[in-house]
Amino acid sequence: MNWIIDHLPQLLSVSGEHLQLALVPVAVGLLLSLPLAWVANRWPVARAILVPVSALLYTIPSLALFVMMPLLLGTKVLDPINVQAALTIYTVALLVRAIADALAAVPESVIQAASAMGYRAVGRFFAVELPLAVPVLIAGVRVAAVSNISLVAVGQIIGVGGLGFFLLQGFQSSPPNYQEIVGGIVLIVVLALVVDGLLALAGRALAPWNRKAVSR
Amino acid sequence: MSIFDQISAWLSDPDHWKTTLGIAGIPQRLAEHVQYTVLAVVIAAVIAIPLGAYIGHTGRGGTLVVGIVNSFRALPELGLLILLVLVMGLALALEAVTIALVLLAIPVLLAGTYAGVRNVDRAAVDAARGMGMSEWQVLVKVELPNALPLIFGALRSATLQVIATATIAAVVSLGGFGRYVIDGNSQREFDQMAAGAVLIAALAIVAELLLAGVQWLVVSPGLRKNSRGRARVR
Repeated sequence: MNWIIDHLPQLLSVSGEHLQLALVPVAVGLLLSLPLAWVANRWPVARAILVPVSALLYTIPSLALFVMMPLLLGTKVLDPINVQAALTIYTVALLVRAIADALAAVPESVIQAASAMGYRAVGRFFAVELPLAVPVLIAGVRVAAVSNISLVAVGQIIGVGGLGFFLLQGFQSSPPNYQEIVGGIVLIVVLALVVDGLLALAGRALAPWNRKAVSR
Repeated sequence: MSIFDQISAWLSDPDHWKTTLGIAGIPQRLAEHVQYTVLAVVIAAVIAIPLGAYIGHTGRGGTLVVGIVNSFRALPELGLLILLVLVMGLALALEAVTIALVLLAIPVLLAGTYAGVRNVDRAAVDAARGMGMSEWQVLVKVELPNALPLIFGALRSATLQVIATATIAAVVSLGGFGRYVIDGNSQREFDQMAAGAVLIAALAIVAELLLAGVQWLVVSPGLRKNSRGRARVR
């Protein structure tokens, strides 16, 4: 792949940008999902609102959501924050439901045992319920990270797309630059697989009792 | 004028609803978008559902299915579209886009059907065999009806993914609602872009509600509580 070798420095910096566009939303989305999932698990009314709203947001196609962000946030059309905010919404939509289900699946006997040992609600959440939800949480984070990395490229249509830049540029040059397009695709897939693998390892380290189930 | 007023002004402009001088109106764009989507989902379903049912019934090749699905999730839709259109030529753009959409929908449907059939309560399957059902009857009368919630779940995600990717297909000169976003962007008309985004979102939500309605009608009431698709075996 001559093209990749010739453009290595540029590719590395754009890959960094791509990862930032894709993964900052995963981190922010995870931080937002935890309290929301806790609320959804605790009050059935909150669940009855949060789960359908998440499903509805997850339904909106990425290009449409990118374009709608300036309306909701008041940002400029070409602001990178639009793509990151939209991907954050997808991440939250995916994780709230998954984590709420995982929290609901913690056996009542475990919760009672923790309470009997003296845990109060907050301590019990962090020491008992959340760790038990880790395998589901990691599985959700992996799906969100991989699909975000692939979706960032769509943002190139509105000017913010990390490695998506090479896909469109290769398409629009005449004659089309196949090496550039294939190089862009390969890099995006490699980034996604590397991040997925790292997250899988993190999952194994965080939930050693569940090694078989995490590596789906 | 606020952007919301601009969107409603754009959407209520009668000129945008009729096709004049070769400029497609909203009904024609809708028809194009629906056409790309239905064609791709139907082709993908015809290929993936029987294959997924076979793999789920026999249990052979299950690991392969899960692996394929996971690796397809990493593939950038935009790249796949661009590459296929270039390879097949712009004259065959519609065919190229349809192939890309089918390729994206197959893994989702395959995984859903496989998981659905695989996760049918083994006791029910054994009981069916014990009653003297043939393998074909077990599949058609027991496994597939029980797998319907998961198959429909997969059909809904595949349809949404195809609608979203068909939007991007406007980049490679196809029609559909994506045109409004692409053309609005290149003409710096934000009202057109935003109105297009609203139309795309509305189409996706209506499609999801329609399929959810069909699922509610088709799936046996006894299975509704499990319609989340949580695996009962394991």
